[in-house]
This record gives sequence, C-alpha cells and structure tokens, in this order.
Amino acid sequence: MIAAGFAWRRHPPLVIGGVLTLALIAIAALSLVWTPYPVTELAIARRLQSPSAAHWLGTDQFGRDVLSMLMAGSRNSFAVGFVAVGIGLVCGTTLGAFAAARRGWIDDAVMRLADFTFAFPAVISAIMITALAGPGAINAIVAIGIFTIPVFARLARGAALQVWSREFVLAARAAGKGAPRITLEHVLPNIAGLLVVQATIQFALAILAEAGLSYLGLGAQPPQASWGKMLYEAQTFMQRAPLLAIFPGAAIAVAVLAFNLLGDGLRDLVDPRLRRARA
Amino acid sequence: MIAFCLRRVAMLLITLLAASAVVFFVLEVLPGDPALVMLGTEAQPETLAALRRQLGLDRPAGERYLVWIAGLIVGDLGLSVTYQVPVAQLIVERFAITGPLAAIAIALSTALAIPLGVLAAARHRRLGDVGVMTFTQFGVAVPNFWFALLLVLLFSINLGWLPAGGFPGWSAGLGPAFAALTLPAVALALPQAAILARVARSAVLDTLGEDYVRTARAKGLTQGATLRRHVLRNAMIPVVTIMGLQFSFLLAGAIIIENVFYLPGLGRLVFQAISQRDLIVVKDIVLVLAAMVVLINFVVDLLYAALDPRLRRAVS
Repeated sequence: MIAAGFAWRRHPPLVIGGVLTLALIAIAALSLVWTPYPVTELAIARRLQSPSAAHWLGTDQFGRDVLSMLMAGSRNSFAVGFVAVGIGLVCGTTLGAFAAARRGWIDDAVMRLADFTFAFPAVISAIMITALAGPGAINAIVAIGIFTIPVFARLARGAALQVWSREFVLAARAAGKGAPRITLEHVLPNIAGLLVVQATIQFALAILAEAGLSYLGLGAQPPQASWGKMLYEAQTFMQRAPLLAIFPGAAIAVAVLAFNLLGDGLRDLVDPRLRRARA
Repeated sequence: MIAFCLRRVAMLLITLLAASAVVFFVLEVLPGDPALVMLGTEAQPETLAALRRQLGLDRPAGERYLVWIAGLIVGDLGLSVTYQVPVAQLIVERFAITGPLAAIAIALSTALAIPLGVLAAARHRRLGDVGVMTFTQFGVAVPNFWFALLLVLLFSINLGWLPAGGFPGWSAGLGPAFAALTLPAVALALPQAAILARVARSAVLDTLGEDYVRTARAKGLTQGATLRRHVLRNAMIPVVTIMGLQFSFLLAGAIIIENVFYLPGLGRLVFQAISQRDLIVVKDIVLVLAAMVVLINFVVDLLYAALDPRLRRAVS
C-alpha cells in the first residue's frame, strides 16, 4: 500500500490523468440518469443566453442548456471510444498474436494488411461508409475501429514475438502445449499491460476522431448530443456567442489530455526499461 | 540501392492496386446498384436506366474495374454526374488548394517542432524541457478544428487581420491566397508540431547518449557544433519516419479544416460529392487521398534509406 502510494507520487501524469478520467467517466455515468435540463428540450425564448446561475454554461441557438449537452456528449464520446477501441483491441490483438504464433507467410500477410489499412485514415473510411450507408454514430465507430485494428495488430505481434522467444514458452512447448494454448495462457497475459496502455492512448485518439467526424456531420446525428456537432453548430453563432464554441472544444481537449496523461503514466509503470532506469 | 528501390516500387504498385480494389468494391459493388444510391428510390426508371448506361453498370464488375484502372492510368477518371465535367479536372483544380495547404502545414510544423525538440533535449529535465513537453501535451489534445475556430475568433472576428474563410483563387494574387491559407495551415500544423517535437526530443536524447557523440565532445567540439554535425542527422531518421506516418492524419485534418474555412479543396469537394450522392467523384477522390498517403510513405521509405545506409544494406 505504501509502495503504491509512493509510486503514485512519483507519477504525476498518472495521478492527474487518472483523476480527470475518473471525473469524466463519473460525469458521463451521471448523465445517464440526470442532467440539469433535458437535452432535447428546446426553448427558443431563452436562446443564446450567457452563463448564469440557471444555466452555468449558457444556452445554445435552440435554448438548450449547454452544460446538459456537454454531459450527454461525454456519454457519446466515451461510447464511441469504448466500442471503436474494443473493435481494434480484439481484432488487432487476435491478428497480431496469430501472426506471431504462425510466423511465415501468414505473419507477412497480416503485417502487409496492417500497412495497407494505414492508407485509409478514419475520415476516409467514414467518407466511404457514409457515401454507402449514410451518416451515423455506428458508421463512425466502424471507421475508427477499422483504423485502430492495425495499431494493435502491429503492437501485439511485436510484443508476442518477444514472449515467444522466452524460456518459459520453450518449457510450455516442451510440455506439449500447442500454439493456441501458449498464446492464451502465456503470451496474452504477458502483453496485456502494453495493450492496456495502448488502448488508453487509442481511446484519446478515438475521442478526437469521433469529434472530427461529428463536426463534419459523419458521426452522431441529432437529437443525439455530441461535442463535435456542438462545435459545428456554434460556428454559425461565433460573433454573437463565442463561448458556445469554447466549451465543447475545451471538453474534447480535457478528455483527450486525461487519457493521454493516463496512457503516458501507465506506460511509465509498465515499461520495464523505464522502471530499471529509475531504480 | 537500386534493388531496394525496385522492391519498394513493386510494393507501392501492389498497395495502390489493392487500395483501388477496396475502393471499387466498397463504392461500386457493395451498394448493389450505384445508380439507385445516386438518384434515390424516387427516381424515374428512365433516368435510372440512363445513368446505369452512363456508368456502364450493364457490364460485369470485373470489367468495370479494369476500365476504371485503365482510365486512371491515362488520367481519365470519368465524368462527374453533378458538375458534368471530367473528375480529373475537378481534382486538379481542388488539389491546387489542398496541396499547398498540406505543404505549408508540414513546413510550419517542421520549422516549429525540430527546434523545440532539440531545445527540450538540450535542456533535459530543466525548465525548457518541461515547457516544451507541456506545450506538446496540450498541442496533441487540442482538436485542430477547435483550434481553427479559436484562431478565427481572435484573428478574424476580434482583430480583423485575416479572412475567416473562403479562398479568392490563385488568380487574385499570392498575397490574398496565402492570407486565406494562413489560419488553416496554422491550425493544421499545431498538432503535427506537438507530435513531431516529442519525437525529435526523444530521438535527440537517444542520440546524445551514443559513443560517437561523446567522442565528438571529447575532441573539443562545442555542444552546439556536436548537435549540428553529429546529432541532428542521426536523430532525423525517426522524425522523418513519424512525419510519413503522420501524413495520413494531416490529410484527414486537411479534410476537416477545409470544411471549417470553406476552402474549395479536395476535402470540401468530397463532402459536396457525398451530399450530392456523386459516387463517381467520391470513389476517385477517396482513391486519390489513399494514394497520397501510400506515395508519401513510399517517399519516406526512400528518404529513410538515404539517411541511413545501414537500412539499405539490411533490406537488400
């Protein structure tokens, strides 16, 4: 316990990132059951109000409470990030671990496929999907997920290859364990830390990508609240109500900063080279 | 070096071919009837039949793909259904904005990132380093389209120094054209600069620990001279690699930024094409954008080998 406290004091990014992330998750969870005002409630009479005691962050062009929309928007960002990174983590890790276990042409093919997928950034994938199926949060998730797969495939393959060369894996093979069992029982537990760190960083990138896609109208659709969409709508009223364009952007920046700091802090903890350097 | 280049060219061609196959499959085969997607279910049967004829949908998908590829090779990308002009002409016109925008953003981000990275490494764990690292954390976290809006608020709405959007065209003169591209390029460059500065810092720190750097200092070179003559060239290798990898993010950013500033570039064109359901234009632009990412990574591979002869030998 004391050691844990000591470690936390030595990793300020981890502490700041962790606290901010927990706070954001709590806000997103709270928005499921409570927001100061209903997010879909329009009240044209109180449109474009400045921050006040009744509306802490003011109201938008339809009279909706900006704070309530930001809270609901966090839910959307987190849901997209969680599912998109989940797709990347599961598919990418499976491909990477499979490539490392099989080697040879399968390894080459998986890695070329990963290289190839980088040619289609999330926005380009989203453009293709939207041209085909129309805009929507699900399409944004798929587009971000597709772009995340090769990141995890490359990371998992590289880390898994290192584990495969370790002596305990040799021992497991000598004991007659097959490649799938060794992957499940020895490789995955040993690369899980690295994958969690990368997942945290990818989560930040997914939040940014989702906001960008929503800003372009390719992500969440009204009446679903989204930070990117709020920024897009605020742009029209920038001269009259500049604060409308400040709050959603700040929310995105804080969320991305929180996950990046958390990822950096976790990497410091997990990376054995850094640990040795510190010792 | 020749064998290395030939191998890379072969990989480039295979990747481009695969990208074209994916784009064709997603936008021409998956929709079932692209004419129906473009005109909607309310369209008259005669109009649908005419568009199907124009698009050659009566021919098998494989044949249409080969015709498309043959057209791409000679620069014939078909006719835009909305604009009724050759897509190649549209792309060339719009690239005249997206190309310079991306180039200015890359130049700005490099000009900012490398000195910052070197400064942070040279002042490792001191105030300069902490300042640069804090800047990079915020630079990475701030969405470029939000930063763009903040720049518009400050420089266009409050100060009135630069235009808030639109593009007067290159024919209006270099001054107004560059003025219109300044805020978009700065907005695009910031996140890139933040990432590159972090990479440059860590690359310079790694290189500073090498034996040959110690030898250079031992023979009496100053820290500045050592940095310039020995550290920078070696530290540039990872920086160039990351610049290549970041290009796809830069391109994605350019698509968003063009929409923030209403710049009539490729990104804006593809969005107009989506709303007009002009699948011909969408298909060609998506391929052009993907090809740009692949080509830049190809160039980076070659640069990488030119900067580091060890890699050429390893690959050969």
